[in-house]
Formats: sequence, C-alpha cells, structure tokens
Amino acid sequence: MGLIQIGRHEKDGELDIITTSLEKVVNWARKGSLWPMTFGLACCAIEMIAAVSSRYDMDRYGAGVFRASPRQSDLMIVAGTVCRRMAPVIRKIYDQMPEPKYVIAMGSCATSGNIYDSYSVVQGVDRFVPVDIYVPGCPPTPEALFDGILKLQERIMQKRVFVKQPEQVKNA
Amino acid sequence: MHPIAQRLQREFPGGFVKSVEWRGDLAVTVRRETMHDVAGFLHDDPDMDFDYIVHVSSVDWPDDEERFEVVYEFYSIRKRHRIRLKARVPESDCEVTSLTDLWKGAAFMEREVYDMMGIRFRNHPDLRRILMPDDYDEGYPLRKDFPLRGKGWRDTFEFLNETRP
Repeated sequence: MGLIQIGRHEKDGELDIITTSLEKVVNWARKGSLWPMTFGLACCAIEMIAAVSSRYDMDRYGAGVFRASPRQSDLMIVAGTVCRRMAPVIRKIYDQMPEPKYVIAMGSCATSGNIYDSYSVVQGVDRFVPVDIYVPGCPPTPEALFDGILKLQERIMQKRVFVKQPEQVKNA
Repeated sequence: MHPIAQRLQREFPGGFVKSVEWRGDLAVTVRRETMHDVAGFLHDDPDMDFDYIVHVSSVDWPDDEERFEVVYEFYSIRKRHRIRLKARVPESDCEVTSLTDLWKGAAFMEREVYDMMGIRFRNHPDLRRILMPDDYDEGYPLRKDFPLRGKGWRDTFEFLNETRP
C-alpha cells in the first residue's frame, strides 16, 4: 500500500507518529475496502468467482467481500453479456448503491457487446451506467481483473474528497 | 419407409405429406389441419406411446409459398423411439393448433415459437411473449426479414429519463 504505514519503533515497539493529509487517509480506507457486488451475467462470472477463490484470493486487495445487496457494496463488477432486457435492472441496482460507487466493465461483452451485434444485446454497459475501468478479455483471467482493481485503486487515491466540486464537474 | 411413417400414412391418408429418414432420424411432414390428430394418435396409441415432448421449434423459408414450418419432436421413454413432426404454415394465416392439451410441456416452447417467429397457437392457455418483454413492438426477431441489429430497441434506454428518488 505504501502511502501510509502505521509502523512501530524497531527497538521498543512504541507507536509511531505519521503526518499525512486526511484526504489520503480517507482514500486509503476507501480503496482498501472495495466491497464488490455480485453481478455475474455470463461466463465472465466464472472467472470473477475464480478470482475470489483461494488460489487467487481477491481479498488481498480488500475487494473480496462480495455482497448480495447493492446497499452494502461500493463496486459493481458487470461480468458478462448485457441483454437489453437486463439493462433497467442494472441501472436500478446501480442507483441503489451508496456513494462513492465504482463500476468495472469486465470482459468484451460488458465493454462493447463483443461479437453479439444483435437485436437484444446492449453494445456496452457504459450506454446506461458510468464505467470507471474496462477490463478486456473473453473472458479476462483473474489476473486481468486484478489489474483492473489495482488501476481503480490508483484512481481512488487521486480523488479529491473534501473539495466541493461545481455541478458541471460532478456530472462529467 | 420407416414403419412408424407407414402406420401414419395408413391412419391419415389425407394429412400425410411426406416422410424423410436421414441418419436414423425420422421426420414426418403432415398438413397442419391434421397435425393435432396425428399428434394425438402418436401420444395415445399403444404402439406409438410418445409420452415425452423434446422440443418445439420453427423454420422460416422466405422463398417458399407456405413460408413457415413448425417442428415438433417427440420421444417415447418406454419404447425408446423418436419422431420429428413438421407442418407448413402460410404467412397469411399464421396459426396452428396447440398441442398443450396432449403434452403440457409444450406450453413454454410454443410461447417461444410465438415470441421469436410470430406463429400463433390456437387453444394455447397462455400465449404471451416469453423471452422478449411483453410490450416489445418490433416484430418477431427470428424471421429472416428481421434486421440483425433490430430496429433500435437495443439502443434506447427510456428508463434513464424517469425521475429517480
């Protein structure tokens, strides 16, 4: 994690004192407890499940606590082909998530519709929810998903927390 | 000719159209007016005993006079034989008699045929769309004249404009 380390004196074990900005502490806490919501729609979900398993252990990044409720989660991993009939459901669940919330589009289907250029498949989940990170692959390996999560954590660290943003910036 | 096809031809001389046997699969085409009677015979006759419905599907032949084709597939668990029953349907009168009174399992599969190809089933207990939403109004997606990318439904997200609490 690198940015803050609650260390101890090497000799006597007393608590150290560090000075940092509150913003960094908040961001550090946020990035270290990304609770994802299970949103497996197709075969990508299998790789997402594998990413949580003991071999890969997504919990190392603080993102292993998969919640079945949008009200308890910060991160929506859209894993799989998004059919048009599913779209209002995804949007409703995204709206129910508390702020701050993030979205990862996992795999080619959630990113762009992949080969499914058909009447029923949405050509990318970013048509109706804002996406933070796109993970390519068909399906992406757990390592690729981790890369996306680490990139998202880098992004979270750069966010301004206690600065009031004008409306046009917020919406962008 | 296959013995089952011979029997059907003897029982329904007016409704029998043709039978094809290919790599052990028997497919019998009948006239759609007699299809329910033929299916009832296949279901009830002790020599036929087709007690299990495998599949209901449909084919679009856009250049043919009778454009559509409904395909039923039956299997007999006790006798271990199977048959494919076909009937042609013209576009002008796109309707066949439902077989849900014989096999209850046909209900969902006939709904799928209705949803995707637009063939109606007379006497069906609950003929609604099953895969597409109830208010889908672009037509029947599996027809050959339906554009591959649809008619815009996949790119319209009307729920984004609703006011959210």
